[in-house]
Amino acid sequence: MTALPSRGTDPAGPGRLLAVILTGLLVWALLRLTEFHLAVLFDPTSADAMRGFLAGFLPPALAPAFLLEVLRQTWLTVAMATCGLVLALALGVPAALVLTRVLSLSALGQSLQRASPAGRGGRALLRLLLVFLRSVPELVWALLLVRVVGLGPAAGVFAIAITYSGMLAKVYAEMFEAADPGPVVALLRQGSGRLQAFAFGLLPQCADELISYTVYRWECGVRTSVVLGFVGAGGLGQMMDQSLKMMQANEVTTLLLMFVLLVGLADLISHGLRRVWA
Amino acid sequence: MTAITPLRARLGATVVVLALVVASFASLSLHTGEFFTLDSLRAMGRFVRELVQPDLHADFLRTVAYGTLETFAMSALSTALAAVIGLLIAYGASGVRPVLNVLRAVPELAWASLLLIWVGLGPFAGTLALTLHTAGVLGRLYLEALENQPQGPAFALAAAGASPLQVFCYARLPQVLPQLLSYTLYRWENNIRAAAVLGVVGAGGLGQLLSYHLQLFQLGRASTVVLATLLLVTLVDLLSDRIRHDLG
Repeated sequence: MTALPSRGTDPAGPGRLLAVILTGLLVWALLRLTEFHLAVLFDPTSADAMRGFLAGFLPPALAPAFLLEVLRQTWLTVAMATCGLVLALALGVPAALVLTRVLSLSALGQSLQRASPAGRGGRALLRLLLVFLRSVPELVWALLLVRVVGLGPAAGVFAIAITYSGMLAKVYAEMFEAADPGPVVALLRQGSGRLQAFAFGLLPQCADELISYTVYRWECGVRTSVVLGFVGAGGLGQMMDQSLKMMQANEVTTLLLMFVLLVGLADLISHGLRRVWA
Repeated sequence: MTAITPLRARLGATVVVLALVVASFASLSLHTGEFFTLDSLRAMGRFVRELVQPDLHADFLRTVAYGTLETFAMSALSTALAAVIGLLIAYGASGVRPVLNVLRAVPELAWASLLLIWVGLGPFAGTLALTLHTAGVLGRLYLEALENQPQGPAFALAAAGASPLQVFCYARLPQVLPQLLSYTLYRWENNIRAAAVLGVVGAGGLGQLLSYHLQLFQLGRASTVVLATLLLVTLVDLLSDRIRHDLG
């Protein structure tokens, strides 16, 4: 048996030591930047404030009038997500169709990846616009839109519609591009219109995936619309914001329970729809 | 389930969804018509005109740069902490699954506004909020990844007398590590967006700057903050894409 290397001659040692030191420095910088002081959690004044608030958590607020309002706002939250998604589809589907190179007429007859310069330029521009739409977070859109269309669900609906149209267009276009171009090209060469070629050559191939992703987006939309309420777009989020500002802890409990229920329900519905449709 | 033909189930689901859409539009009364009156179009035009003139003075840029750094730090630290918590849960506490569901179901913004009461305004509340929510998400994903992997290597090590920790470190974890890393990076991309907006309830970072300047109707400054958000989100997406590409 060969002798084991003695301690201290670990060839990977210096590198690891350096990595540990660098990680330590990075974490230290992050802790400083985020003002991470765990002691604050146990500071008597702040802990007392929290304890006082927590003590009010139970029992949850169950007054009939309040519950009715919670239910109404829950429905508004769902409606906001649904309207937002429908509007996003109205924008996103045409955009996805335009982006799909297989459906490009000028690319016909040449190699598939070759569209006319105008077509290519237009697509690049559209792609850039969509990146912009989806990269600005929903909440930022909502904040800006609240200034334009005023407080209320409209701001939330448009914020969801804007962000999600960018996402839907991108993902749909990717699905269309991943499909087999054969049927589409065959149809186009026979002289069918582009929409026909799409409906009969492309859609059947991607239908399951499309439905599955769209339903998943709706589920995300429900979550998002809860959050958008915090900036004044109505629904459960706005109620929670108000209850927090008024320090009504028992109302917060009810609302938190409703969040959990709603997200769970959206999850169930989206599972069910995907099973039935896709 | 066999009693319902697939076709009828599909038809039923379609009707339900259509009803949901109609009911949604009916109950929201969006008044889209009002947005296209001359007055509101003019207001919108003014808004957009101010928005496309970002404030690029050096002083303000420095503030925004610090906000960007703060947002970056919030997202990175909270993701790292959540990953550690997720690993601990995956190692030894699969019984906490219901807790994870609650952590996950409550949005980051709700956590943040709750925590503000405890720790006060600033990035600390935001970091804790992101950590809680992300721990719920990652904990569940890690648990599932570990449970769904082939158990052979773990059995082999255990049978050879390895302790549970050794089995975890040398059999269970290495098998799924790339997957866990990819989940974590994906959550980081998510958290950078979340961290950028958490500030609107007062939890620090770019969001706080944005809502502050919007409240004062300083649209030029708000637009600088939006641009910085856009830049940060894009950079992190690219970085994380790159890392994932190298891993896979």
